[in-house]
Amino acid sequence: MSEELETERHDVNDQGRRPPRAVVGSHRIEEDMFGRFFDGRVISRIWEFVHPYRVKMFIAVAAVLVFTGTQLLIPLIIRYAIDNGMIAGTVDQSALIWAVAAFVAAILINYGASYLQEMVVGQAAENVLFDIRRAMFEHLQHVSLSFMDKTEVGRLMSRLQGDVNSMQEFLETSVISVGDLVLLFGIVGVMLWLDFRLGLLTLSVLPVLFIVRVFWLPRARAAFMAAHETNSVTNGALAEAIHGVRAVQSMDRQQVNFQLYDDKAHANLKTHLTAAKYAQVMVPIVDTLTGGAMAVVVVVGGSMVLNGGLDVGVMVAFLFYIQRFFDPIRSLTMQYSVMQRAMASGKRLIDVLDVRVDVQDAPDAVALSKDMDGSVEFDDVTFGYNPKQPVLKNVSFRVNPGETVALVGPTGSGKSSAMALIHRFYDIQQGRVLVGGHDVRDLTQQSLGEQIAMVLQEPFLFTGTVFENIRYHKTDATMEQVVEAAKAVGAHDFITTLDGGYDAMLGERGGNLSLGQRQLISFARALVADAKILVLDEATANIDSYTEMLIQKALVRLLEGRTGLVIAHRLATIRGADRIIVLQNGQLVETGDHDELMDMGGLYSKLYNLNYASFDDIPDDELTAAAQSHSTT
Amino acid sequence: MSSAAQSTARGRPDSITHVRNADWGQGFNTLVRITRMNLRHPVQVTIAIVATFIAASLQLWIPRLLGEAVDRTQTVLTATGGSDTQSALATTAIVLLTVSILRGLFTMLQNYYAESVGHHIGYELRLAVYEKIQRLSFSFHDTVHSGDLITVGMLDLEGVRMFFSTGLIRVVLLGVLIGVGAYMLLTTDLVLGLIALSFVPFVGWRAPVTRLRLRATWLELQERLAVLSRVMEENLGGIRVVRAFAAQKHEMDKFDKASGSALELAHDRVGIRVRNTSIMTFSFFLSMALVLWIGGQKVISGEISVGTLTSFLTFMTILQMPVRQLGMMVNAFARASTCGTRIFQLLDLKVDIADKPDAKDLDVSAGTLRFENVSFAYPSAPDRAVLKDISFDAKRGKTLGIVGPPGSGKSTIAHLIPRFYDVTGGRITIDGQDIRDVTLASLRHAVAVVQQDAFLFTTTIENNIAYGDPWAKERRIANASDSAQLHNYVMGLPAEYRTIVGERGVSLSGGQRQRLSIARTLMLKPAVMVFDDSTAAIDAGTEQRIRSALREYARDRVTIIIAHRLSSLMHADEILFVEGGEVVERGTHDDLLALKGRYAALYELQVRPGDEMLEAGE
Ligand SMILES: Nc1ncnc2c1ncn2[C@@H]1O[C@H](COP(=O)(O)OP(=O)(O)O)[C@@H](O)[C@H]1O
Ligand SMILES: Nc1ncnc2c1ncn2[C@@H]1O[C@H](COP(=O)(O)OP(=O)(O)O)[C@@H](O)[C@H]1O
Ligand SMILES: [Mg+2]
Ligand SMILES: [Mg+2]
Repeated sequence: MSEELETERHDVNDQGRRPPRAVVGSHRIEEDMFGRFFDGRVISRIWEFVHPYRVKMFIAVAAVLVFTGTQLLIPLIIRYAIDNGMIAGTVDQSALIWAVAAFVAAILINYGASYLQEMVVGQAAENVLFDIRRAMFEHLQHVSLSFMDKTEVGRLMSRLQGDVNSMQEFLETSVISVGDLVLLFGIVGVMLWLDFRLGLLTLSVLPVLFIVRVFWLPRARAAFMAAHETNSVTNGALAEAIHGVRAVQSMDRQQVNFQLYDDKAHANLKTHLTAAKYAQVMVPIVDTLTGGAMAVVVVVGGSMVLNGGLDVGVMVAFLFYIQRFFDPIRSLTMQYSVMQRAMASGKRLIDVLDVRVDVQDAPDAVALSKDMDGSVEFDDVTFGYNPKQPVLKNVSFRVNPGETVALVGPTGSGKSSAMALIHRFYDIQQGRVLVGGHDVRDLTQQSLGEQIAMVLQEPFLFTGTVFENIRYHKTDATMEQVVEAAKAVGAHDFITTLDGGYDAMLGERGGNLSLGQRQLISFARALVADAKILVLDEATANIDSYTEMLIQKALVRLLEGRTGLVIAHRLATIRGADRIIVLQNGQLVETGDHDELMDMGGLYSKLYNLNYASFDDIPDDELTAAAQSHSTT
Repeated sequence: MSSAAQSTARGRPDSITHVRNADWGQGFNTLVRITRMNLRHPVQVTIAIVATFIAASLQLWIPRLLGEAVDRTQTVLTATGGSDTQSALATTAIVLLTVSILRGLFTMLQNYYAESVGHHIGYELRLAVYEKIQRLSFSFHDTVHSGDLITVGMLDLEGVRMFFSTGLIRVVLLGVLIGVGAYMLLTTDLVLGLIALSFVPFVGWRAPVTRLRLRATWLELQERLAVLSRVMEENLGGIRVVRAFAAQKHEMDKFDKASGSALELAHDRVGIRVRNTSIMTFSFFLSMALVLWIGGQKVISGEISVGTLTSFLTFMTILQMPVRQLGMMVNAFARASTCGTRIFQLLDLKVDIADKPDAKDLDVSAGTLRFENVSFAYPSAPDRAVLKDISFDAKRGKTLGIVGPPGSGKSTIAHLIPRFYDVTGGRITIDGQDIRDVTLASLRHAVAVVQQDAFLFTTTIENNIAYGDPWAKERRIANASDSAQLHNYVMGLPAEYRTIVGERGVSLSGGQRQRLSIARTLMLKPAVMVFDDSTAAIDAGTEQRIRSALREYARDRVTIIIAHRLSSLMHADEILFVEGGEVVERGTHDDLLALKGRYAALYELQVRPGDEMLEAGE
């Protein structure tokens, strides 16, 4: 957290009222606004995306050159017309006719070229933008969950939107700035060609401009940067207010937050005004130089014309060019900061594209067939999110086809982690995880995922109808199948009371349902997936015991012919399982069915005999006592 | 206007994202309103406009001066007296330089003040949007996607902000250039002047037509982009679900569909813009060609001098930039009217839960909360009764427990007490005062709800705990955290209370998040405290310790506990069993057991996990 962004306002003195511990928005400046001006790596990576449109880009550059050429040509034609076509009193108008014809030809070409260039570039830039975004999004579908675990959605979204947009801006303007550059050199060239001495004299104002810029640039950059930063800080605070509005209202923080936000918005205003000052101060300087250059042409060029050393048409052309001369300089300056911004954005985009995909299909991976037996086996598995701190240690067990196995154990013992491994969310450090007799590393992740359905503790739903949510990606599921699954988990009744029934739209993340209802829907979703293996990870935490029991009973039927792995706490659920696996501190301590475990007299029987409804209900101390007595016996 | 106003009045704020009817009227009204906002900064607006006038006039003077200079060189060719002309040229040059400098200075003033007006409006709008979003009730936020609000508050706001500098001022500038220029040209040479200006009617017809088309495209594109960003955001937020179902392909399909339809429109937009800019520029050049042709002939016939023609042509060069920018100007108008419509629609929404005009602060004396025949339906589904005729009393120092199946209305009861929603029948009172008659601020200080899924702010743990009372002393924070059984955990962290918790508190486990949310609520010293299933992820032992730590605290307030784990609420003074929005059983734990109804069945299920119970449940 950086202190300099504590944007306190100095023009309001309310030290007494400002709460010491209140902030809005997170004050993190994580990213550089400006990258290096030129970063070869970024350019070459971005070029990959431009590559498919290279023909269009070349056409566009060609069009820009033609366009610039006509721009340069127009004053020349005028000069020709004045010098040759307008000799007062002549009858022969052919020179004038030629000049006008040339002019019309030039503007037609100008029209065509500018149309072509802007259209092609504009659309190609949109295409590139969408392609980059797609590539990033697709990549994010495959990067390992350990990356996703620690990366905020908001940050990824700002990559997918803001950064991609500034690349687009860059692409669009870069072709134009090719034109600007050509125009600039073209004008210089033409002026020198028309009259070398007058040209040099006119250009002598340029060094002044560069000296001024040297002093101006660092300050202006700092001012622009400050404006950009306060802007993102303010926007961040707004986003927080939107996401957290319920918490804000329930704790009645509106007033305090408004005041804090006002500070930020005001700082934003001030930095923007400063930035505007810096941007605008260049205007009179450039205009003064333009005026100076024109004055030079009038005085020097004028006397040259007087002496007969210069055609008046040349002088007119000079005056035209001078007025057009500073436009490209101005827009190139702007392009400079666009380019820097684009480099910074490009680097961030590449960072995302280059996130390593740790868990990848082997080159010779096979698809897990739908007819596999559904067995799951852990063979001496050791795994840790951080390899130095194993979460599972030498765990071995086998779940036979069609069996339902309960995993029990205290919080943090590694149950969820074990389930994640079946799906190969992470790769293990030692041993093997087998599904249907195949090492999961030899299978394609897609086919593996299709054969495993999971119900996660957090019931995440998508915007869309209830129907779409339940059948999720199984788009060939029929309404009957969906209704059957909903009935099985006891969700049918409430769904039919919704306005629109199965076609009722869910709010953001299912917000118009109660948490328990969301859990039921996510349950139904897993059933519709119709997979060989069903994994339930504490899927019933926000559901009352009675409803849970109904689900359990439905499950007995649904699990017929399937393999079930159930993480649960309530002993009723556990007792019904074919087999129970007890985990503790990442180690498998016991396994067997209820009666066997009771006879064994180990941790499970001790816990069971404590007579709590659920392992979660056992107070820590009793649990520790049981565990200790277990390990000492 | 009218249809939008109606739908918002009925509390259907989703129209925010569905501004249809890109009709003249609505867009025009929006622009008028933005202009009025600008006029609230009269000094700056005046400076900007006056500066624009001066700068534009000075700029128009330049061609005259250049023409003069050219003419001087011409006259001398035939006459004598070079030094006279020399000094005349020098004078012209000095005037030229002075005019350029002044023009630069006034352009600077014009640009700066135009931007300044825009930034001031941006600032005002930011505050207004923020304030509105904070005040709009839950039912609004239930129906509007947060991403759409963010778009309004960031992108739409920019569109409105830039209107003055990129739209209005340019109109003034172009008006002055063309107006004054027209006067000068027409008085110099009527025919040639008319020809030079012949592009104006075409542009004048073309610009508004394009504006309308752009606006319509813009509105539609905005919507499609919103869908795209929703697809991406949900995918990333629910990435575990996506992976668990191996649904990457499905998600890519969704993405491609959303992305493709947005891209199509983005192309359209580029097309409209480019067609417009190039045709306008072309028409302009065409008039220039005519000037050259006819002007040339006039020079030949001696009607006008080369200098006059030069000044005509220079004048047209001056117009070249603004004409090219005309496209941008049209864009700015289209954008401002689109964005403005969306922003104003948000700002004009009625806040349906607000203080009554004569509302007084809640006066808590005995501290009794009372539901009197309360019924309720969510505003988004007004025909679906969620609560029916609920009545109960909860007294200070007493605990009320609520159990029931999912969707029975337990959380809804919790939401009604702090008036997150207003009841649709009956009333809720605290010490006899209807909660709709007291100020919201005082009510929400008196009622605290620990939510089922708590939102944590991205800041330090300390700031999160003190969220409701940012003036709190460190000791109190530590105490609250200790009562919530969080203190020991926090002290084990490297930065202790200054540890930042991530976006939505991702770096904390579910149980820790719930404990933090409890600690945060304890800071509030409310008269009514509601725990909405807020211990589901906390093990029973820890929960037990939290309860005993709170025993003292609960003595002078009403406590309501919603839970699935009966051990959490079996000591309550009264327990309600809710189902389908109705209280089906009520009494103490023992009463309810004796009743041998649903509660008893639930209890049996939880304590006697046997097969026999499975049968009993049937
Ligand atoms: N995504 C993750 N990244 C790093 N560590 C994790 C992650 N998920 C779980 N852990 C750690 O792994 C251990 C086992 O967790 P978990 O498998 O979730 O246990 P259980 O499901 O039995 O409660 C815990 O110490 C937990 O902190
Ligand atoms: N924001 C909302 N908008 C519309 N309906 C809602 C909303 N929140 C909940 N509901 C509906 O109201 C009913 C009661 O929900 P709730 O009170 O959350 O149940 P629970 O008893 O599980 O806490 C459910 O049928 C649910 O679908
Ligand atoms: Mg777990
Ligand atoms: Mg609830």
